[in-house]
Amino acid sequence: MRFMQGNEAVVEGALYAGLHFYAGYPITPSTEIAEILSERLPRIGGKFIQMEDEIASTCAIIGASLTGFKVMTATSGPGFSLMQEAIGYALMTEVPAVVVNVQRGGPGTGLPTSVGQGDVMQARWGTHGDHSIITLTASNLQDAFIMTVEAFNLAETFRTPVILLFDEVVGHMREKVVIPQPGEIEVVERLRTSVPEGTNYHPYLVREDGRLPMSDFGGAHRYNVTGLVHDMWGFPSTDSRVTYDLIHHLVDKLEHRADTMAHYKEYFTEDAEVLLISYGSSARSALHMVEDRRKRGVKVGLLELQSLWPFPRETVRKKCEGRSHVLVVEMNMGQICQEVKRVVSEPEKVFLANRFDGVLISPEDILRLLNMIQGKGV
Amino acid sequence: MAVKDYLRERFFPQIWCPGCGHGIVMANMIRAIERLGLKKDEIVVVSGIGCSSRMPGYLDFHTLHTLHGRAVAFATGVKMGRPELTVIVPMGDGDALAIGGNHLIHAARRNMDLTAIIMNNSIYGMTGGQYSPMTPFGKRATTATSGTIEHAFDLVELARGAGASFVARTTTYHVKEMIRIIAKAIKHKGFAVVEVMSQCPTYYGRKNKLGSAVDMMKRFKEGTAPIGSKKKGEHPDLIERGIFVQEERPEYSRSYLELVEKCRVREIETG
Repeated sequence: MRFMQGNEAVVEGALYAGLHFYAGYPITPSTEIAEILSERLPRIGGKFIQMEDEIASTCAIIGASLTGFKVMTATSGPGFSLMQEAIGYALMTEVPAVVVNVQRGGPGTGLPTSVGQGDVMQARWGTHGDHSIITLTASNLQDAFIMTVEAFNLAETFRTPVILLFDEVVGHMREKVVIPQPGEIEVVERLRTSVPEGTNYHPYLVREDGRLPMSDFGGAHRYNVTGLVHDMWGFPSTDSRVTYDLIHHLVDKLEHRADTMAHYKEYFTEDAEVLLISYGSSARSALHMVEDRRKRGVKVGLLELQSLWPFPRETVRKKCEGRSHVLVVEMNMGQICQEVKRVVSEPEKVFLANRFDGVLISPEDILRLLNMIQGKGV
Repeated sequence: MAVKDYLRERFFPQIWCPGCGHGIVMANMIRAIERLGLKKDEIVVVSGIGCSSRMPGYLDFHTLHTLHGRAVAFATGVKMGRPELTVIVPMGDGDALAIGGNHLIHAARRNMDLTAIIMNNSIYGMTGGQYSPMTPFGKRATTATSGTIEHAFDLVELARGAGASFVARTTTYHVKEMIRIIAKAIKHKGFAVVEVMSQCPTYYGRKNKLGSAVDMMKRFKEGTAPIGSKKKGEHPDLIERGIFVQEERPEYSRSYLELVEKCRVREIETG
C-alpha cells in the first residue's frame, strides 16, 4: 500500500499492465505521468520519448505498438484535440494503444490548473468519421489504477485505442493505493497469429469470434497497414462492399458489447427513489451527498459510471426505471446528461446538477438541485 | 534478386501517372537495398500521404502508410520499438516539409536512425497541383495561377541546420548516383535526408510549360552539377548534387539503449 498522486496511480496501473513504450508532450495537469515514466521505463528496459507535440506522440505510440509492445500517451484538453487525427488512425488500423486525458477546465486553453469534465463528447466524437471508441474513467485512485489496467486489456482484446478520461482532481489528489501482486488482476496479452512463416497472413481477416490476431513488425509476416479503407490484406480499397463491412466491423465490435463490457458501481440504488448518475471526481461529491442523505432517511442512490463509451445504454435504462427522478452530476453543461435522456423511457425525469467554472462540484451544490427538483425550494 | 522480387505485384498496376519520377525512386531504393544485402524482414517502410507515399503498399517489406506529414513520427515509434530494424521513410515535398516539417526537423535534431527519402517534385500531386514549400518563387500551380509569391526551402540547408548527420541531393536522371547515395543513407547510423528531385509532368510540368517527363529529366541533367565540380564553378547557378553532410554523431535509439544499460547497472549497484 502506498500514498500517491492520481497521475502516479495511472503510471502504476500502466506498468502493471505491461506498458513498454510511452511518448508524450508536457501539459498540465497530466505532466507527472511523463515525468515519472521517464524515470521508471528505462529502469525496466522500456522506452520513453518526449516528442515535439501531441500529434507526434500519438503517432509514435502507434508505430511502437505495431512492433509488438504495449503503449501509452497522456495529455489534457488542447493536446487531446491534437491527438484526434492519430486516434482515428489507430481506430481504422486497429492498433492497440492507451490515451490518457487528464481533463482541465474550459475550451481553448481554458483553465490549465482547474478541474473540468468537458471532454466527454470529444472522447466519443473527437475524431472524424463513423466510429466507436472505448472510454473509461474513475473517481478514486484505486479505481484509476484498476481502470488503467482494464484500458490496456480492452485495447489488446479489441485492437483499438482506449481513452482514459480522468480529471484534474483525480490526477492531482493524493490517496492510498494498494498495488496488487502480479497475477492478482488479469492482464490481457496481445493475441498473435498462429499462421506459420511462409503461409499467407491476412492482417485484417476477422476471426469468427471477431478478433484479429496480430503479427509484429519485424516478425515473420510482412504486411501493409494503411489508414485508408482497406481489404483483408491491409491494402487500400474503394470498393463499397469492403467499406461497408469494415465500418460495420469497427463500430459493431464495440457497440455490441456496450453493456457486457461496461464497468460501473452502485451505492444504495436498490430502494432509491432518486438515482444520481455521476463519474470521475464529481462522483465523489455525489457519493458524499448520498451517504449524508441516507443518514437522514432520504432514499437516494448513486450509479457511478466507469465506462462512458460505448455508453452502457441498457444498463442505464434499466437502473433508471421506476425512479421518481434521475439526477446526473457532472462538470460540464450536460454531456452525459443528454446521453442518459436519450436512453431512458422517461427523459423528463432526468435533471442535471453541474458546475463548469473550474471549481469541484460540492455535495451542497448537488443537494441544492435535489431539493429544487423535489419541490423543497433552494 | 531482381527488383520484382521486392515488389507485391498483386497490388499492381501502381497509381502513378505516366512519366512520374516516383517509380524511378522506388526501383532505385530497391536496388540500393539489394546492394546492401538487407533481408526483407529487416526493413520497415513508413510513409505519409501523397503520391509518393503510396510506395510502401507495393513493397514486400513491413509497410506502414500513415497520416499526412506524420510518417517520421510513426517511424520514430517503430525504430524505438525495434532498434535493430532498418526504417526507411519515403515522403513527398509537401508531406515532409509543410505539414510534416516539425516532425522532420525534430527527428534530425535527435539524430534518430531513419532514412528520409524526400521526392521533391515541387508540387502537391495527389490533390491536383497546388504549390508546395518546394515550389520555386514565381512558378505556377493551381493555387498560384500567376506564380507563387512564396519562397522555397533549401532542403539541404534545412536538414543540415536541423542536425541531420547525413544530407544528400540527387535527381531521377542520375540513376547510378541515386542508388549509391540511397545505399549510403540507409547504411548511415543516424538521421539521413536524401532529396531526390523528381518530375511531375502531369501538374508541375504542365502548369509551368516544362514539356514531357523526358524534357523535365533533361533539365535535371542540365540544371545540376556535382558538389564542388568544375561545372559548378563555371555556372554558379546550378543546383549541387552529392553528399553534403556525412558525420558520426550519437544516434538516439542507440543512446537510449545505453541509458537503459546505465539504469540497469545502477539498479544492481544500489540493490
